[in-house]
Amino acid sequence: MITREGRAKAAKLRDRFEAAGAQVVEPPMLQSAELLLDLYGEDIRARAYVTSDALRGEQMLRPDFTVPVVQMHMAHGADPARYTYAGEVFRRQEEDPDRASEFLQVGFEVFDRTDPAAADAEVFALMAEAVAGLNLRAATGDIGILTAAVNGLRTSEARRAALLRHIWRPRRFRALLDRFAGRAPVPASRTALLANPQPRLGAAPLIGVRTEAEIEARISALHADAAAKPISAAEMELLDTLMGVRETVPFALSQLRDLTVDMPSISGAVEGLAARADALVARGVDVDTLDFEASYGRTSMEYYDGFVFGFYAAGRADLPAVVSGGRYDALTRRLGKGAEIPAVGAVLRPGLLAELEAGA
Amino acid sequence: MIKLGVPSKGRLMEKTFDWFATRDIRLSRTGSDREYAGAVTGIDGVSLVLLSAGEIPRELAAGRIHLGVTGTDLVQDKLPLWEQQVEPLEEMGFGEADLIVAVPQAWVDVDTLDDLDAAAAAFRDTHGFRLRIATKYHRLVREFLRDAGVADYAIVDSQGATEGTVANETAEAIADITSSGETLRANHLKVLSDGLILRSQATLWRSRVADVADEDRAAMTEVLARLG
Repeated sequence: MITREGRAKAAKLRDRFEAAGAQVVEPPMLQSAELLLDLYGEDIRARAYVTSDALRGEQMLRPDFTVPVVQMHMAHGADPARYTYAGEVFRRQEEDPDRASEFLQVGFEVFDRTDPAAADAEVFALMAEAVAGLNLRAATGDIGILTAAVNGLRTSEARRAALLRHIWRPRRFRALLDRFAGRAPVPASRTALLANPQPRLGAAPLIGVRTEAEIEARISALHADAAAKPISAAEMELLDTLMGVRETVPFALSQLRDLTVDMPSISGAVEGLAARADALVARGVDVDTLDFEASYGRTSMEYYDGFVFGFYAAGRADLPAVVSGGRYDALTRRLGKGAEIPAVGAVLRPGLLAELEAGA
Repeated sequence: MIKLGVPSKGRLMEKTFDWFATRDIRLSRTGSDREYAGAVTGIDGVSLVLLSAGEIPRELAAGRIHLGVTGTDLVQDKLPLWEQQVEPLEEMGFGEADLIVAVPQAWVDVDTLDDLDAAAAAFRDTHGFRLRIATKYHRLVREFLRDAGVADYAIVDSQGATEGTVANETAEAIADITSSGETLRANHLKVLSDGLILRSQATLWRSRVADVADEDRAAMTEVLARLG
């Protein structure tokens, strides 16, 4: 439930972010369902309220601000730009009736190409200051490191693309990885298909939009995949070590640097993490006690592609993250119609903040 | 009165009437063929409410009926957290059907959900839109495909003749109820080998939220005793 205290808190935080150099924006509450569906896929329907009218068709009550802010920026934003906003977002809750379906968010978004590490640190430090005194636990990660590791795998381009497509679905990612490493059995139907020199002979008449050429192309791709060498045990071990890194930032950094000896493809991303750590120190953040998890942020909606972070109330596992944020360069590319700009941002939930302050 | 909700039409209604009759609870429609009114004999304190099978889950969850007969598929699709709202009392042994995912038989390269996911990715690249799956079971299908890690698909609503949507080019695949598979075969479709979403059958449910008044407790106890 949205309370007066929550609203007051939201207004204060937005003022604070405005004072930090952001322009206040007011994105519309109704968003094009088509765009959100195209970005997120069918899963968004389980999370967002859909409504419609005869003129505009399907609309969604905004499930977050990031997409409309990016759209607005890509259409006519200054470069660089900083934005802040406060308002309601709406989420369908089908699994947990205790989770709010309508709540306030206040956000801060940075579109700036000069120094991504500094922009990451700016957003993180601003959020940390806003929640200071509440004894929240911060979690950080970096999706870019895992992406770089996958891009460096010595395997076919098609396999790398399949893995990258499922970075945000850890279970499916693992299943694919096991298959590409030869650790999971090939389904019998596939073995039979590949053994058959003329698999389409005698098949039923083709119906629908998908063409013969597409079926042939996939069969060829399956033959190529079957001929590809499995991902080596050594590479699998490196990848597992990487995904298991869970340490304070300085120790994580040293473990990751050790890994770059055998995984040179991640060295750029790891140096990015080092630069971010320095930028955080410059902003007064104590990185020696800051946690870093290489797998953090992989189950969120798929738009964060670099730095990711969240702040959680210690001992309140029942509450969602009070703050969550990260870098979403790829989203600006998707919405930019050819243009792109490095972007990072975060949202916090003033309602939860007010609740925690009242309890503290 | 204990209110018992029963599908208002067809074979499902007749089978339900037969099922209760073997338990000495006689249900019948009264008035003309077109009037949805019913009577109960053989037990006191129970009244019959004739409803569309698709509405029975909602009526149970709202507590407007105490007992209801409908398929597992409809309960699980229409009621989130259904276990908290309704309790299955008896599986009735008819109305058996599987909710499945099916694709054109001619797709010799697609046999598993894993294949479907890969085909969906390529399809989206080629055609610029997501592979469409026609169904009326939106929630069950979405949850099933999410658990299986299938991406790049879109659900399109289909309330009937779903097997025809692929040939009509309004969908590339379907998710629907099938009992014998004959309609699927006739429409050149095949079930994915791991495409079984749910086994459904007609089931007698009890609402967990409907109040039972003191004077109705005896009737409820008697109904439950006759089931066993």
